[in-house]
Amino acid sequence: MEKEKKSWPPYAPGTHVKESDIREKKLTYTWWEPEVQYSWSLGHAMSKFIQGLKTGKIYGIHCKRCKRVIVPPRMFCEYCFGPTDEWVELKDTGVIETFSISYLDPDARRIEEPILVGVVSIDGASPKHGFMHYFGEMTKDEIKIGMKVKAVWKPENEREGSITDIKYFKPLKGGDD
Amino acid sequence: MSRKVCVIGVGHTDFNSMTPDMQWKDIMYEACNKAYIDAGIDPRKDVGSFITCAEDYWEGFSIFDEFVPDQVGALLRPCCTVCGDGLYGLGNAYMQIMTEYFDIVSVEVHSKISDLLTYGDIMLHAFDPLFDRPISGPTMRPNYGGSPEYTPEAPKPFIGSSDEKERVHPYFLAGLEMQHFLRKTGTTEEQCAAVVVKNKRNAFFNPYADYESKISIDDVMKSEYLFKPLKKLDISPNVDGAVCFVLADDKTTRKLGIEPIYLDGFGWNSETPWLSTRGMDADYASKAAKMAYRMAGIKQPRIEIDIVEVDDRFSYKELQHLEALGLAREGEAAQLLEEGELEIGGSLPTNTSGGSLGVGNCLEATGLQKALEIIQQLRGHAAKRQVRDAEVGLAQAWRGIPSGSGAVAIFRRG
Amino acid sequence: MKEVAVIGAGMTLFRRHLKETGKELSFMATKMAMEDAGIQKDDIDMVVMGSAPDAFDGIHMKGENLIDGSAATGKPYVRVFNGGGTGVFAPIAGWWHVASGVADVCLVVAEEKMGNVYPHPQTAFRHIWDPVLDRPLNPNLVWLFAMEMNRYMTVHNIKKEDIALVAVKNKRNAVGHPCAQLADPNITVDDVLNSEIMAWPVQRLDVSPPSDGAAALIFCNKDIVHKFTDDPIYVAGTGWSIDSTMWTNRDLYFPRYVAQAAKMAYKKAGIINPPKEIDFAEPYDPFDYKELHHMEGLLLCKKGEAPILTREGVTQRDGDMPICPSGGLLGVGNPIAATMGQKVCELYWQLAGKAGKRQIPGDPRVGVGQAWGDIMQMATVMVLRRG
Repeated sequence: MEKEKKSWPPYAPGTHVKESDIREKKLTYTWWEPEVQYSWSLGHAMSKFIQGLKTGKIYGIHCKRCKRVIVPPRMFCEYCFGPTDEWVELKDTGVIETFSISYLDPDARRIEEPILVGVVSIDGASPKHGFMHYFGEMTKDEIKIGMKVKAVWKPENEREGSITDIKYFKPLKGGDD
Repeated sequence: MSRKVCVIGVGHTDFNSMTPDMQWKDIMYEACNKAYIDAGIDPRKDVGSFITCAEDYWEGFSIFDEFVPDQVGALLRPCCTVCGDGLYGLGNAYMQIMTEYFDIVSVEVHSKISDLLTYGDIMLHAFDPLFDRPISGPTMRPNYGGSPEYTPEAPKPFIGSSDEKERVHPYFLAGLEMQHFLRKTGTTEEQCAAVVVKNKRNAFFNPYADYESKISIDDVMKSEYLFKPLKKLDISPNVDGAVCFVLADDKTTRKLGIEPIYLDGFGWNSETPWLSTRGMDADYASKAAKMAYRMAGIKQPRIEIDIVEVDDRFSYKELQHLEALGLAREGEAAQLLEEGELEIGGSLPTNTSGGSLGVGNCLEATGLQKALEIIQQLRGHAAKRQVRDAEVGLAQAWRGIPSGSGAVAIFRRG
Repeated sequence: MKEVAVIGAGMTLFRRHLKETGKELSFMATKMAMEDAGIQKDDIDMVVMGSAPDAFDGIHMKGENLIDGSAATGKPYVRVFNGGGTGVFAPIAGWWHVASGVADVCLVVAEEKMGNVYPHPQTAFRHIWDPVLDRPLNPNLVWLFAMEMNRYMTVHNIKKEDIALVAVKNKRNAVGHPCAQLADPNITVDDVLNSEIMAWPVQRLDVSPPSDGAAALIFCNKDIVHKFTDDPIYVAGTGWSIDSTMWTNRDLYFPRYVAQAAKMAYKKAGIINPPKEIDFAEPYDPFDYKELHHMEGLLLCKKGEAPILTREGVTQRDGDMPICPSGGLLGVGNPIAATMGQKVCELYWQLAGKAGKRQIPGDPRVGVGQAWGDIMQMATVMVLRRG
């Protein structure tokens, strides 16, 4: 039984409407604002990491079996599925693994001054282990993959126990420690 | 199709109303680790595929699937998320094993509902936005600061700040259904209260249950009406916990030297999402059971099934589900309860673990908590709540308000 | 294991905003697939729904809401979800329903209504980030892809012009696709390079838009496929794999999870030399560089070779290895899970010779579709073969 080989899909059902139709109330719609609030417990690993940031330190954790120092720290190693071992205090310097120059804010609105953001691997941890953060004190033409950087911390009394206790990472010039 | 599927390992955390010292990752890791140790396998080498059952809004992430692999052992392995109860995960794992792509599959599910501060409002978010949500209250909220107060016990009837009556808590639907059930079957509120008494008492013998208590029918009847005829003590309070099951085909089970407990049959079904036209007789449970019975070759469930764990997050649901599953005739479930047949020593022990009323309502983890009880009973590991000579057990769960979906799984000792 | 065949597929229009509700979109796609297969609702044994974040539709447990539109009332119905990978994962789940022998006919529906959330679908993406490590930095989703694109370009020294060729190819390929949102017969590399910079190196025309839409697919058991067609298209292999949540601990230049998933699928399909044995591919292309990234991940070429093949025209519809003949996400639209329409339904239509203006010349026999999801973690791969 050979079915007629016409072109599929034969038509595209659906009615295209524009954003303006919605704003100008040409369409019937209903609106709802849910109350959505969470308070996640952080567990041991994240709590220690966050408390460390408050005191101006970056902590990693050691997995003996895999012989790696992991940051951000976690209570178990995802490679060997075993519990991780002792805490390791890391340096607050690192290397830019990748970056982006963003002209968008979190709600996709346009901004004039670009934000420099990227992934920085932390010295003292195993290679390529790090986290995302901002970059500062460099222009969009200066930022490069492989650049050495150092954390710029908020003053101690302003730190609250958050990744933002580090303001950004700046270029590490020779002589800085 | 000579291949069969067996349960080779189970693991679970303690069930607690709050778990402030653990992150969701930690409870997942604990349950999975225990299950892998129970099965005697290395998840990084032996497990072929991993399944998690989760819904985004219960967890607080768009795409919860992202946060799953590391703690279940699924790094660079096939892993997926099923949006449903734990029993849905079990059924999908069964199907994965039957394709012969995998010999061992793990299924994890958890509840970390204590992380969610606005439980009632999120449940309301599951209602149809056009027809059903607006009947429960205003669509636009006034701007008020501060979140609704969170309590781990039974919910308040109204969501919103304490003096402003804003949106009705969605549990009112259970009140409606209970009204219908009582009228249709002639069951009384006292008989529903007897379910609460039995389950909370059974929970004393269950080391991981959180809401065990010795109460009387009178205590339940005196508790305040929240969604009449549902009273405060008719409602299971929420609880955190995680369960993990490891399934394998029968050949692998024998190779590992494990006594097989077969997943003989499973089924699930969904009724219409329209609240206005949906029946209130737990049709999803009857249809899911039909599918499971057919698969397991069960023709007379009342005789062939030795132990049952049904969804009892509201007291009347236990009776309603027993009837829907064909284990009791219409109106008969309450009678069986009064005659003691549903007790641990009776002819149809029901919710020996304490059910959701005794353990706590663990949302999507309900099905696997019930299956966990069946496995412990079939293995003979249920200590003081052991049912003697249990060979075939049934676990059933519902997806909760406002859904009309549920699943069933049948286990048999090899 | 039972062999599984595809017997019908359907797809709705893809646009930034569609008037229809999620239920209605699912219904339209399902109806078209059932017409294609020539079956009625009662012929369907089980239903699988694939749909990405609930936050878009604005309905918690949205799988439940879509039951009626997916012909699933009173039937066994389950929803699976892997973020962006759902487009190919939902069919994989549908496949195992039939391959396990539990169902004879399984319907797979994928639906997305991204336009419901305000102010912008991006807002729902604020909640994919880790609450401790990432969210306090107020990240935008585009940053993630920009970082991956940068790494890929830097490691292999790729110029933006070569990447832009992908956007041009796909948007042109989409001309003639009835559902396409962004088809453009006249677009050039310069248009792409001159478009607004969102997060360098990602520019506006590098990105696929959020869309509303739905798609449906019907699988059946090989034993009964003769009732529907003489020239069945079979699922030859499936594979899926997920990488660690900790994306900052991975080198993003190569998607190793795609390679893992592809290896799994190829092994089952008996494919030893993918570039020679696979006739065409639909890798996931929400961004133009992703098509190249995934081509390499799917082992269709060596690492770093994908831009060269693109430049040489190998990946055009009439080339040796057509890539995204449907127009992909860049041309047709990106309603996350409903991209099943381009990634799997298209494979079926091409292999069955029903792709009309989009038809690949010659006699394609084997196609591979791939989707990518979560936080650059999940890869889902399906290989379809004719006869």
